[in-house]
Amino acid sequence: MEIFSIKNAKKSFENNLDVLQDISISVAKGEVAAIIGPSGSGKSTLLRCATLLEKMDSGELYYSGEKAAWNNEEGKTVYANPEKLRQIKSKFGLVFQNFNLFPHYSVLKNITDAPISIQKRKKDEVIQEGLVLLEKMGLSDKADAYPFQLSGGQQQRVSIARALAMKPDILFFDEPTSALDPELTGEILRVIRSLAAEHMTMVIVTHEIEFARNVADRIIFIAGGVIVEEGNAESLISDPQNDRTKAFLNRLQR
Amino acid sequence: MSISVMLSKLGEGMITSVLIFTLTLLFSLPLGLIVALARMSKNIILKNFTRIYISIMRGTPLMLQLLVVYFGPYFLFGISISSGYRFWAVILAFSINYAAYFAEIYRGGIESMPLGQYEAARVLGYSESQTFMKIILPQVIKRIIPAITNEVITLIKDTSLAFSIAVTEMFTVAKAIASSEKTMVSYVAAGIFYYVFNFVVAVVMESIEKKLDYYR
Repeated sequence: MEIFSIKNAKKSFENNLDVLQDISISVAKGEVAAIIGPSGSGKSTLLRCATLLEKMDSGELYYSGEKAAWNNEEGKTVYANPEKLRQIKSKFGLVFQNFNLFPHYSVLKNITDAPISIQKRKKDEVIQEGLVLLEKMGLSDKADAYPFQLSGGQQQRVSIARALAMKPDILFFDEPTSALDPELTGEILRVIRSLAAEHMTMVIVTHEIEFARNVADRIIFIAGGVIVEEGNAESLISDPQNDRTKAFLNRLQR
Repeated sequence: MSISVMLSKLGEGMITSVLIFTLTLLFSLPLGLIVALARMSKNIILKNFTRIYISIMRGTPLMLQLLVVYFGPYFLFGISISSGYRFWAVILAFSINYAAYFAEIYRGGIESMPLGQYEAARVLGYSESQTFMKIILPQVIKRIIPAITNEVITLIKDTSLAFSIAVTEMFTVAKAIASSEKTMVSYVAAGIFYYVFNFVVAVVMESIEKKLDYYR
């Protein structure tokens, strides 16, 4: 079953060339897709369009078959009404590069506030689930701590828990380890790996090629706003077909 | 005049000063937030209107504004001024003046908030008003407390400007005593009153700051 798809996404910024030129991606339930590519390739913009933080100029967006955005007769993107978009927002979660935790909320409140006040779920249940999520993240003792008291890796795990607490069908990661010290990336990658083992549907924008190869089912290589190459994770890394993919992977390995 | 009579007169004046101070804060703090939001609005008319308003409020003396607010109704519209209006003219003039200063402080605080906070809230499904009230505003308040404290302390001293339209606040009383009794004592006493008032307010503001210290 298709959880997420973006079709013919196009996006350009005023002062820039086309950041996205006709990109289509769809992700099936339980699939883990990694998006790699040089900086400025459009991969972050793609993720931002997928998570409704950025508007596409043209293109379609679906979550579990529900329309979030489609093209009008002139080929311009039209978005669903705010109420519909609000429903759709609870179908996906996004983990930011910089965590973006709410500093004035405790760890537990960071995780539980949106499910309680936005999704209107039962408070006791949400708190129970929040504590379970924290345990899973190895942060049971941090429920009452505030974000500034945590290391970067711990903050990122809280932000993953915050996204999971919304019970999304799919989780997006925007370079989840890029803001972390090298010795802290391991703990985040382990968490993502364990989510993959539970068949969480995920799309991960990352620079960690080895990690992508290990954890992803499929790798999508984006450069210059287009998908240059995509395919099975193992074979794309070990046997890239396209010259640009080869050049990119070579640069990384050097 | 004995010292105790003088002090009790000054004390009555102080009550008026405290009242001016309290009411001005009560009105100008929320009004300032509204002005700040208007100043940042996408509506060009609203934005420019508030920009001009802030510029005038900050660019002319408060005493002048006070006189305009007090005498304006008579000279502009021929409305006769009742004596009860005196006090409220002070509150009105002070509130709209301080709201302008507070608005710029709010705006500075709001604009200093990282975009990521808005985006995180948006992805989690918070509406714009929920994002502002739950996520942005509490953090803004913490950031702007030191600047607000500055203004609040200035306000205490500014209450003495009510003297210019003969509202009997503490400074007016002190001056009246000084000229009728040919003494400096009332000024010294008033000075001590103002200082103590300021000291108390500074302690209160510091404790608020401390209370918000639980996060960074």
